[in-house]
Amino acid sequence: MSEHIKLPEGSIEKTTTTLNLGPTHPATHGVMQNILELDGERIVSADQTIGYIHRAFEKLAERRPLAQITTLTDRLNYCSSPLNNMGWHMTCEKLLGVTTPKRVDYLRVIVMELARIADHLICNSIMGVDAGAYTGFLYVMQYRELIYEIYEEICGARLTTNMGRIGGFERNFNDIAFQKLEKFLDEYPKALKEFENMFQRNRIFMDRTIGVGGISAERALNYGFTGPNLRAAGVDYDVRVHSPYSSYQDFDFTIPVGSTGDSYDRWLVREQEMWQSLSIIRQAYQKVQAFTGAEAEVYHADVPEYYLPAKQDVYTKMEALIYHFKIIMGETDIPAGEVYHSVEGGNGELGFYLISDGGRAPYRLHFRRPCFIYYQAYEELIKGAMLSDAIITMSSLNLIAGEMDA
Amino acid sequence: MSLTNEIIQQRLTEKFADQVGEFVISYDMLQFSAPKEINLKVLNFLYDDSQLAFTFLTDLTGVHYPDQKGQELAVVYHLHNLKDNIRLRFKVFTSVEQPDVYTATGLFSSANWMERETYDFFGIHFVGHPNLKRILNVDEMDYFPMRKEFPLEDQTRIDKDDEMFGRG
Repeated sequence: MSEHIKLPEGSIEKTTTTLNLGPTHPATHGVMQNILELDGERIVSADQTIGYIHRAFEKLAERRPLAQITTLTDRLNYCSSPLNNMGWHMTCEKLLGVTTPKRVDYLRVIVMELARIADHLICNSIMGVDAGAYTGFLYVMQYRELIYEIYEEICGARLTTNMGRIGGFERNFNDIAFQKLEKFLDEYPKALKEFENMFQRNRIFMDRTIGVGGISAERALNYGFTGPNLRAAGVDYDVRVHSPYSSYQDFDFTIPVGSTGDSYDRWLVREQEMWQSLSIIRQAYQKVQAFTGAEAEVYHADVPEYYLPAKQDVYTKMEALIYHFKIIMGETDIPAGEVYHSVEGGNGELGFYLISDGGRAPYRLHFRRPCFIYYQAYEELIKGAMLSDAIITMSSLNLIAGEMDA
Repeated sequence: MSLTNEIIQQRLTEKFADQVGEFVISYDMLQFSAPKEINLKVLNFLYDDSQLAFTFLTDLTGVHYPDQKGQELAVVYHLHNLKDNIRLRFKVFTSVEQPDVYTATGLFSSANWMERETYDFFGIHFVGHPNLKRILNVDEMDYFPMRKEFPLEDQTRIDKDDEMFGRG
């Protein structure tokens, strides 16, 4: 050993290699760092570091009136922002005791299922990319674009949507939104089928994913798995069925479950959920079209204290002016109470735990972020696996850094 | 017979007598609290009892109530019985001077990071936790930011000179 080279103590005796996976490696799809100990190409242990994009949402929420928190929820799981928005509005409505008209519920279901498709589409196609199949990813992106165009017609935004208001939507869906929805319902199934054909029985893809990153149902439950990852392990827990919200009980759909909980099952469950979502959207669209007369124009509940009045009324009517001012300035005191509400998000049970002491803003707001909770199982999933399996396991879990770090 | 809030309350009072209390049903969810010394006993009972079977930890978080002397910090557990599909909320309170609460990691693997997060933001020390260090904030941070002594700026203040934001 040359006396000029100073190696760290113990590095000669060390038989494993330390490798930094992330935080900015393209394969991690987000800022997540894993310090891996490798024996050859086998993973011995993983030390996970998260929090690179922590933005203190829970603290910020303690100052903001309810309506201003919607913009924070956008930035949790940014692949399916409308789902978070709707979940938050429903939490507020639960606290305030607001019941929404059926048409609002159905419109929300359409938007939420579109968001679920967009979310699953990203995750499944990214899995393809990590297995070496880039084409599928590029191919389905144009259908996510169609979904974003529908969002754009509904609320004017695409990624961080800030969609909807407490009580319903800020405006009615226009005709173009429905036309685009019809176009999507018409064109997307063919593309999804083609995407499925490309992967589902693809020998390379199957070899890369079957038996990789598997977890048993018991361990998944113990680790707090929810959503497609839990269902892939064989537990049919879905918030839409267990605690129906937004009139999900009016719809006919099935909950796909897997058996082994490995990456391939997770992919299959998401794939089947997209078909189910399509069927739910069709049912919801039919129900929306069935409304006639005045009912067909309803797009929000009557909650003057939280729902902004029409702008022309603000200029001409006293009450509207007062409500407008109070909502914009956040002067309305919210009722005291504690409420937990959850929705089936893109990657699991997205919960909002809201404590109000009767002030203008929440006393405490906690987000139950599904991927923060299940990402801690990652080390157990990849221990003993190859490095390339770790990459595909990570993308199959559908981790969104924005949601994990809040 | 499916499980109801009344049965849960009855079973808990049978087992722990007056140690569990403050039963409230808010928005259909049963909520109760217990002294922090028996938090694991309560969680274990809820987990192991074949009728109750609260085997899924949905959420674990902290709350700071600076005005409650001796009980400033709360740990809130949301538990879910997936078979009968019923949820409950369980709280333990601890003083801010000695914020020691037993860890639930032995029962739920999912509690690991959730307790780390609660420690990170509220400084609640989970006794027996395998790896209790900061998770979202930087390791060098020497305070617990979600406590109420760190207020955010008051939006209605008028002493600030920033014309650009309409408050000049």
